Amino acid sequence: MTDFVPHSDDDLRAMLDAVGVSSTAELFSEIPDGVRLGRPLDLPAGLSESELFADLERLAAQNTPATSLISFLGAGAYDHYVPAVVDAVIGRSEFATSYTPYQPERSQGMLQAIFEFQTAICELTALPVANASMYDAGTALAEAVMLACAHTGRTGVVVSDGVHPEYRQVLCTETAGCGSPPTPVACGAVTDLESLRAVLQEMGAGPAAVVLQQPNFFGGLEDMQAASALAHDAGALLIAVVDPLSLGLLAPPGEYGADVAVGEAQSLGGHLDFGGPYLGFMAVAEPLLRRLPGRLVGETVDAQGRRGFVLTLQTREQHIRREKATSNICSNHALNALAALVYLSWLGKQGLPELAVLCARKAAYLRARLTQLPGVTAFTDGPVFREFAVRLPRPAAAVAAALVEQGFLAGLDAGRFYDGLDDVLVVAVTERRTRAEMDAFVDALAGALAGDTSVGQPPQAAHDD
Amino acid sequence: MSDENYPQDLKYFQEHDWVRLSGDEAVFGITWFAQDALGEIVYADMPKPGVAVTAGETYGELESVKAVSDVYSPLSGVVIESNPAIDGEPGAINDDCYGQGWLLRVRLTDPAEIDTLLDSDAYVKFLETA
Amino acid sequence: MTETIFERSRPGRRAYSLPACDVPELPLDELVPEALRRAVPARLPEASELDLVRHFTELSTRNYGVDSGMYPLGSCTMKYNPKINDRVAALEGFRGLHPYQPEELVQGALELMVTLERWLSEIAGLDATTLQPAAGAHGELTGLLLMRAYHAAQGRSPRRIIIPDTAHGTNPASVVMAGYEPLAVGSDARGEMSIDELRSVLSDDVAGLMLTNPNTLGLFDEHIVEIAALVHDVAGLLYYDGANSNAVMGISRPGDMGFDIVHFNTHKTFSTPHGGGGPGAGPIAVRDILVPFLPTPVIERQADGGLRFTSDRPQSIGKMRTFYGNFGVLVRAYTYIRALGGEGLRQVSEIAVLNANYVFAGVSDLFDVPYDRRCMHEFVVSASPLKEHGVRALDLAKRLLDYDVHPPTTYFPLIVPEALMIEPTETESKESLDRLIAALRAVVADAARDPELLLSAPHDMVVGRLDEVGAARHPVLRQTFPDDLPTPEGDA
Repeated sequence: MTDFVPHSDDDLRAMLDAVGVSSTAELFSEIPDGVRLGRPLDLPAGLSESELFADLERLAAQNTPATSLISFLGAGAYDHYVPAVVDAVIGRSEFATSYTPYQPERSQGMLQAIFEFQTAICELTALPVANASMYDAGTALAEAVMLACAHTGRTGVVVSDGVHPEYRQVLCTETAGCGSPPTPVACGAVTDLESLRAVLQEMGAGPAAVVLQQPNFFGGLEDMQAASALAHDAGALLIAVVDPLSLGLLAPPGEYGADVAVGEAQSLGGHLDFGGPYLGFMAVAEPLLRRLPGRLVGETVDAQGRRGFVLTLQTREQHIRREKATSNICSNHALNALAALVYLSWLGKQGLPELAVLCARKAAYLRARLTQLPGVTAFTDGPVFREFAVRLPRPAAAVAAALVEQGFLAGLDAGRFYDGLDDVLVVAVTERRTRAEMDAFVDALAGALAGDTSVGQPPQAAHDD
Repeated sequence: MSDENYPQDLKYFQEHDWVRLSGDEAVFGITWFAQDALGEIVYADMPKPGVAVTAGETYGELESVKAVSDVYSPLSGVVIESNPAIDGEPGAINDDCYGQGWLLRVRLTDPAEIDTLLDSDAYVKFLETA
Repeated sequence: MTETIFERSRPGRRAYSLPACDVPELPLDELVPEALRRAVPARLPEASELDLVRHFTELSTRNYGVDSGMYPLGSCTMKYNPKINDRVAALEGFRGLHPYQPEELVQGALELMVTLERWLSEIAGLDATTLQPAAGAHGELTGLLLMRAYHAAQGRSPRRIIIPDTAHGTNPASVVMAGYEPLAVGSDARGEMSIDELRSVLSDDVAGLMLTNPNTLGLFDEHIVEIAALVHDVAGLLYYDGANSNAVMGISRPGDMGFDIVHFNTHKTFSTPHGGGGPGAGPIAVRDILVPFLPTPVIERQADGGLRFTSDRPQSIGKMRTFYGNFGVLVRAYTYIRALGGEGLRQVSEIAVLNANYVFAGVSDLFDVPYDRRCMHEFVVSASPLKEHGVRALDLAKRLLDYDVHPPTTYFPLIVPEALMIEPTETESKESLDRLIAALRAVVADAARDPELLLSAPHDMVVGRLDEVGAARHPVLRQTFPDDLPTPEGDA
């Protein structure tokens, strides 16, 4: 067994003496017999560290990570390169093993880092205030809708079908206790704005918020200016679900009048990690500051005028306002936020737009090549950033399955979430995908569509990280 | 911050509010005791003009760094305005709670309620026993 | 003088490197129309990689972790975070998995998850577990939504959840988020939930009760079986806030106490790192009656032995978060439990309780002890006696920093004035505990002979006490840049 209890037998004897008991069992005397377990826990016996590591390596070896394949899977989790400096910084135990910075004098490092993260999110979104992180985009969206309901006094929300289906599911689940079910608006490659207009007109009092995703689940670019106008005309807030890397190229939410921006920042220095922990973020317009959930770090000074940072506006939060808090959130995803900050600092002012354009060019190239294949058409036919959907002449799930054997993760079968879209494949292209890989993928897909799975071997280059 | 005092020309309410009467209008604020208990106030959440307030019920909140407190209305009425100065300078509520730190100006709807208020001596006595 | 990374930036400096574009370099207008493009670049830093490394290294030296020293924070269980957990979590076979990969390619991950679910169910004394919640508070909301779904399936809609007046703030906040009304019940002279008060508020409008045991006073509620029976009698359910699980593993299980839903904080009980505020994980274990309502997807073993996700659960409450759970955190919890085994976990609780009692024995004479009882893994005392010297719990906490000891939790739970809540955890050595005791004694001695030392503390940190009033009155929540336009209504 590995254990981390430090006491020797001498230590134990001395401590039991000091407490005035003869054994640790006496310390549990107040536990009634009826609730004592009375047997060992039915768990496997502990292991020495080397055996432990061997056991976990065995489990890990039963997985084939996307990072070792040629992956075009996106849909909310992206295979971008994580520079070594990110893991080096978040691996420092002064950050990783630190507690929430409630004692500011002893945690200026983390507090300043969060302040810098908040700044970075404000810069990306062009909104004036951002919180210190949330769990993921789905829960951040749920919290944004609750904020909108509290602010407007209304209960409804209108959500485009182009918003990631899992984010919409989380929204429904988490607001089941405190709102009405969301009203959907149809989305093809992009949201049907005429439908949105009609839905808003039919709603009478109007919803608390209108929610669109930019780029949407199919990679399509929405007319956020128009959506913003429609929302505001109905007296509703506009909540934009945005991809942070895309904001190196695309107009930020603050520019088109979004009141709240939320999203998934896993692509900022986060590993794929089988779906979590990822990084939700939220930024809001000025009037919504006091309704913002989550922690906030503010700048201040000490008595000698030295600059310092503190958790501030804590009266919004659960530990003070309890049942009237803006949210129940306590633990957040601070270390992921630090990773995102390091990544954005590494990319920098020049690198972020350059990376965004690189992804857009690669996505455009692959979409062009794929749509040249017989029977393959663009589902997302307008401008795209890093992701797009194509319609295949055969069910996408079967095609993707055939390509796995050749070392490709072809993308996501949209039929998994959308009725009638079984033939639609959602494809993501990051800077990790080379032209040779994309060409090989196109060949492999051509072969799979023709029923011949022997063509299109992946290029020889290994993918280790 | 001023010394403890409870001006004679004001009326008081047991939730630690003061009232300055002026015809069918009144100005509300919190007493020295209340601002001292709250500590340094960082934010005041006050109702908008036109909102109705009811004697004995809360009409707003005062926040210090680590706590939130409800503010109770001493009398019933309709809000004319909240003090615009405390938005940028909530510290005025601590420093000058009867003057610059006033909270709300109200048009009274039930003047008979005035009889239920305490005068300065009665409020001081109330503080001693509370 | 601290500089932010933005202030360290210099135009033209760079750290990044990107592959050259190997596809046609379409002009921007052909990629995305100007109307949809960003006009003004985000003002991200411009620094070399070494600049970045020095910046963040310097920040790390202004921080403190369990690896630096002890955190005797009550209710936080700041135990050692084993490094083997980090090595395992970094294996590419875990870290490189996309959540939408075909299930045949992630059988090891699914195996890890179902096994962890089984282990947590066993530790909880319940029937099934979901790994979805990202934190304890998230687990609370999940559990309350399960209650709601359960009652609705019975055709009932009770509106109230009972919580003790000692509850952590997340409890009432979660109750409201779930659409319920919190109903607080007081504690009795032994620091336990008042049975009389509980009886008086029970009705068929009570959906459930949330409790932690031992409670936030560090005391084991001996009436727990009776409390459970009373709540079950009105068809209510019991929710266990697992924040204090470190006290009873292998000794008493919440399922056996009568709880129906249990959340664990892996970043407390199961050694996953706090990360400066997160990420943690808050998996919940449930009694069989609640299994149909668990969030989807659920992992099921197929006839061929393989594992698959299924969402074919018509009564499920839905999804509490994207994908499946904080897998990168859960891998660490799995590794910890596998390392210790049942015997190791039991030892954890025995020593956690011994360590707390040892510290209590060393300092209880200095403070007011609100309840004359043996504590479990943490204890609460009141620093009220310091008031005669004009100092308070806050000042004691700041002066402890001068002794290079991280302060305990202060001013919680709310029912004890000037509360200090101390939880050493089982991984602290006797010397470490003796240092804490000595520091507390020294600070109390300082209070008597020179209270100004406490009032002006801390003295040797990179900053002194910070102006939190100013920070709240005039919030500055992001960097100001030289080219910022003045905002019409003042700063954010």
